[in-house]
Amino acid sequence: MLSKEQCRAVIAQRVAQEFKQGDVITLGIGLPTEVANYIPHEVEVIFHSENSLLGVGRHDPDAGENPKITNAGGIAVTTRPGAAFFDTATSFAMIRGGHVNATVLGALQADQHGNLANWMIPGAFIPGMGGAMDLVVGAERVIIAMEHTNKGQPRILKECTLPLTAAGEVDLIVTERGVLEVTPKGLVLKEINPAFSLQEVINSTEADLIIADTLTEIAV
Amino acid sequence: MTKMFNRNETLVKKIISAAEAGKLIRANSSLMIGGFLRCGTPQRVIEEIIKNRTDGLTLIANDTSYPEYDRGRLIVNKLVRKAIVTHIGTNPETGRQFNAGELEVELVPMGTLVERIRCGGAGLGGFLTPTGVGTVVEKGKTVIESDGRKYLLEKPLTADVALIYGSKVDCYGNVFLDGTTRNFNTAMATAAATVIVEADLICDQPLNPAEITIPGIFIDYIVK
Repeated sequence: MLSKEQCRAVIAQRVAQEFKQGDVITLGIGLPTEVANYIPHEVEVIFHSENSLLGVGRHDPDAGENPKITNAGGIAVTTRPGAAFFDTATSFAMIRGGHVNATVLGALQADQHGNLANWMIPGAFIPGMGGAMDLVVGAERVIIAMEHTNKGQPRILKECTLPLTAAGEVDLIVTERGVLEVTPKGLVLKEINPAFSLQEVINSTEADLIIADTLTEIAV
Repeated sequence: MTKMFNRNETLVKKIISAAEAGKLIRANSSLMIGGFLRCGTPQRVIEEIIKNRTDGLTLIANDTSYPEYDRGRLIVNKLVRKAIVTHIGTNPETGRQFNAGELEVELVPMGTLVERIRCGGAGLGGFLTPTGVGTVVEKGKTVIESDGRKYLLEKPLTADVALIYGSKVDCYGNVFLDGTTRNFNTAMATAAATVIVEADLICDQPLNPAEITIPGIFIDYIVK
């Protein structure tokens, strides 16, 4: 079994292979943020932060109390050459207007129709959707970075049971067990982590899986 | 005092204290507060609201911040009746009051919230957005299909008072906002009956017209 840290590292590393030179990417908070650490040096991408910054750089430990340049998690960051500040209306014009190439978000549940639930568990956990509903609808590609199961229970389902973030917008699901693509025919398992057997992956997925003829080892 | 420049007195805005600004916010009124978590969030006038125990507020903001800071302290002090926000995850007290039925929370997607405020300030009757289609956000809203795509009709949002932050403000109320502090401040400045800007720095000289983030026409009071 992989430890939680190992799972997260595999997921972040694999998602980081999805980008090409010049892509504008918005990363969600939590696991998706870790993707930034694994993007190959030769691939230069531009990070967009929904709180109104294009060209996010590294964390700025010298920014002091209540800094004036932050990311969407409220953490002080630096800017990269070419960066720009704007307001929230402009930030979401970028997002909804199709100017963001990809977004990486976490999930509570995802399903074989490309539905995503990641913003509330009624009666228990209600953080709110923040910018997630706009991102999922507006970004060119929606990549979900999530652990395959929650306490052993499948989270990749036939139908999401929690309130949706958006319907039918997910393109790719990356977990520690494999890479799954949402297609018009259904959910296709394209890559598998050799630490798991195919049967283990099938058993830990509630959704109907189409196994790709070209199934390969996960590319990390 | 020697005039540093040729002031256009008719355009000059009132400079008031945080205590005076606090009195402009009345119980049971609607209040927009700029900022994204703590970044670009006004602080001093909020403390006056808490001192005055001005309650029954409808808070319109990106988030309810943290329990120990700014908007978060309005929640902790139970001064907010309803919060119209995008995110409450950083303030467990908001979730607790909501689950206990003590606080009404309307969660709005971030892009929709800012655009509703923008419409409110720009004299528009609303807008069509694909965000929220097929989710609980759709509930009670008109769905309009246009060119083969479904959209939600979202309505404009205004408030009695907007409390915003300014990095530099001149005597005409022109505001410059530094870094990522613009966030909701620019839209909110247009969308309230009374707009109060809390300045980090009030400049003796007018700001360069080319470097103004919010034109002074939207501002009513400057807090020193």
